[in-house]
Amino acid sequence: MVESIIKKEVVVKIAGDSGDGIQLIGGQFTGSTYEVGNDLATFPDFPAEIRAPQGTQAGVSGFQIHFGSVEIETAGDDCDVLVALNAAALKINLKSLKPGGILIVDTNGFDSKNLKLAGYGTENPLDSIDRANYQFYGIAISDQTKRSVEQCAIDPKEKDRCKNMYILGVLYWLYERNMDSTIAFLNAKFGKQAGILEANVLALKAGYYFGETTEIFKARYEVKEAHLAKGDYRNITGNQAISLGLIAASHQLQKPLFFATYPITPASDILHELAKYKEIGVETVQAEDEIAAATMAIGAVFGGNLGVTCTSGPGMDLKAESISLAVSMEIPLVVIDVQRAGPSTGMPTKTEQADLMMAMYGRHGECPLPIIAAKSPSNCFEATLKACEIAFNFNTPVILLSDGYIANGSEPWLIPNVDEIDMRDTESKRANLKTFERDENMVRPYIPFGIAGKEYRIGGLEKDFVTGGISYDAQNHEKMILTREAKVNAVANFCNPLSIELGSENDEIAVIGWGSTYGSIRAAVKKLREEGHSVAHIHFTQLHPFPANTEKILKSFKKIIVPEMNRGQLVKLIREQFLIDAISYSKVQGYPSNNRKS
Amino acid sequence: MTAKDFVSDQEIRWCPGCGDFAVLKQVQNVLAKLNIPKHQYAFVSGIGCSSRFPYYLDTYGIHSIHGRATSLATGLKLSNPALSVWVITGDGDGLSIGGNHFIHLMRRNVDLKVLLFNNQVYGLTKGQYSPTSPLHTISKSSPLGSIDNPMNPLLVALASGASFIARTIDREAKHLQQMLLDVADHKGTALLEIYQNCHIFNDGAFDLYTDKQTKQESTIYLEDGKPMIFGLNKGIDIDNQVVRIIDIEKEGADKCLIHDIKNKEIANILVRLGEGEFSDFPKVFGLIYAEKREVYSFPEKTNITKSELKNILTKK
Repeated sequence: MVESIIKKEVVVKIAGDSGDGIQLIGGQFTGSTYEVGNDLATFPDFPAEIRAPQGTQAGVSGFQIHFGSVEIETAGDDCDVLVALNAAALKINLKSLKPGGILIVDTNGFDSKNLKLAGYGTENPLDSIDRANYQFYGIAISDQTKRSVEQCAIDPKEKDRCKNMYILGVLYWLYERNMDSTIAFLNAKFGKQAGILEANVLALKAGYYFGETTEIFKARYEVKEAHLAKGDYRNITGNQAISLGLIAASHQLQKPLFFATYPITPASDILHELAKYKEIGVETVQAEDEIAAATMAIGAVFGGNLGVTCTSGPGMDLKAESISLAVSMEIPLVVIDVQRAGPSTGMPTKTEQADLMMAMYGRHGECPLPIIAAKSPSNCFEATLKACEIAFNFNTPVILLSDGYIANGSEPWLIPNVDEIDMRDTESKRANLKTFERDENMVRPYIPFGIAGKEYRIGGLEKDFVTGGISYDAQNHEKMILTREAKVNAVANFCNPLSIELGSENDEIAVIGWGSTYGSIRAAVKKLREEGHSVAHIHFTQLHPFPANTEKILKSFKKIIVPEMNRGQLVKLIREQFLIDAISYSKVQGYPSNNRKS
Repeated sequence: MTAKDFVSDQEIRWCPGCGDFAVLKQVQNVLAKLNIPKHQYAFVSGIGCSSRFPYYLDTYGIHSIHGRATSLATGLKLSNPALSVWVITGDGDGLSIGGNHFIHLMRRNVDLKVLLFNNQVYGLTKGQYSPTSPLHTISKSSPLGSIDNPMNPLLVALASGASFIARTIDREAKHLQQMLLDVADHKGTALLEIYQNCHIFNDGAFDLYTDKQTKQESTIYLEDGKPMIFGLNKGIDIDNQVVRIIDIEKEGADKCLIHDIKNKEIANILVRLGEGEFSDFPKVFGLIYAEKREVYSFPEKTNITKSELKNILTKK
């Protein structure tokens, strides 16, 4: 009888060739983890190439999931279980397997060709695996998959492709999961292709029963339900959460959503998600380029819509002039930047948070605008609502920053009650203002085209403060610059004050972050606090302007450390705006920050 | 409404004598004639002399950024289909920096009216050659003559799938007005190329087509269903890709081709007459090609309801 061990948290990584269907089984395992009520965080890590050279290190696709009965902050650093479907996957990932960890390999992925492609030469690394240090299970997964689907009337290639289901079956057995939801998923996916459906289900079951009957595994593991706050949850990626946030904002503002974009990794999934909702009036346009997408969204703002454009770094470069037009015309435009590793094409599928300076300063002229950053996959929903709220209350373009890690990563999301979604709309207070008049926050009214008697002209030329007509007057120009700046600065008092995530103003050190490093910093600070250190965690979601109480809070700490996945961008803003001698901790490796020293 | 209702309070800053004045006047005349309330007009322009146009019309207007009037107007029209949206662009704005959007607008066939002011020169940046300047044009940026082959915007538009193309000229007020009315009538993207004289940097570029001495022989004004006649008893026949000038006295008027705005193949030749391999033929003006084609638009929208939102958020 195999014993059952209860674990508080586990990190599993599945790695193989990018054509092996790793991301698919990652998604299935995540769904099952979510079903048993664990807290979780995932990290899909794959190459930009669709089918990178098979068997090579460049072609390795990985999926990491961290789940537990305790709070899970990140997708985890080192893993407890590593599944390697070929030699290259082992070569890349073995270093991240914890001592004593479970190593499952497909021995069929270690023939001489695979060893050579992976860069092992002629020596098979499986011969020298330290079996005292790892729980090693070498299984001929490909052979066993083929045998288990022998009876199916499909071509041999299709049979080979079922090996991902076999390994998923093994993992389901190992973590005492149930196969029903994956079988339902396969039915929906392959319902019309009976042979392929049958083979996938057979392979899944074969993997599961392999664990059960062979008893080669020493133990099965159970991770109990996490005590998440009460409510209805769903598992969500950051890109999904942004999409839902836009739909919710469209409802709250009672303005149709007009979303114009150009496909770009890692932002495209937002387009894919929103395109599903055409029937309820969501308009998505796949524009001819990034500039067209931005200007179409601007046009839609004048058409009375919630105009949104979305991209990643290279697209932000191209949209800069359009955003500057929106600043000059003072219109509510939402610009989403799902950051990736740059410069230039950089590493499209790898994450980075190096566009903050561009969001702040990346336009010609004095061109300030509010900046919001999401801190986790589920927080993307709230951050999106916030960006839309600021845009329409201040009639200004807003940049929302996300990044590749939270875009594709997922976690459980407490589904909000639609009656409790809080979004202010102060536009009615400006109803009596003339087109170029301003309220006490220096905000001009938002007047979409088509209203009788309100006809006006506007553009990118400098405008007279009073009449809105073209003006080249020197004094007026400076006044307009200061006015637009004051308007954006007024956002500081509109939004929630800065709060301390962990610890208090009485702590000595503050670790300050923004964006997707939230989980990593939280985990690290928590650990340090448990060890007795006087450390607090502060995390910015509103990056420009900073919340009104920022200086007061930051100045209460003796030391401020700012970890970022860039060369120190938030730290520059803190130093510049508050004259605080903050210390930068920089890591720019295309991977989410971890708590390992590397 | 009268043309005066469309005059804005802005002082017009074009050079005195500019061809743009004539277009502005005719646009004001035409807007007054159409049965559309003033607040439902929107004029969107890019950058360039002609792009100041929206400031001078008392309608809704956007003076946007270089080359992007077409894409901005696309977003405006798609999001508010009730608006009558007009794009004001030039040869630099629409064909050079905005060339990509120009092509994609034509293929999509969004319901926009596009007025392309072609003066074959960059005016606002003070006299560089443009994508429509003839080869060997001497300009500030090509003192030894340009080596860029010019592009033919109507040919590009046709190749991109345009559903309406027409050409007119600033000095023929009546024709200009008729073309604007035809543009207003069309469902889909309507492109009107307007030859427009820049008397500061490229004066006389189109004199051949307006000068009393030369215009009869160098122009042909087309009308749907009418024979292609020009000059002194001349006509045009196009048969199997071969273009021929007909001497009506000798051959009879029935030898002239009857203009059919639905004939795309003939249109492909017509837009090229008067230049390149067809430089011995007159330049074509009028409505050259028009088809009824599906318009790029979205279904009518209603706001997202609370129950729809709830369903979407809770869908697992």
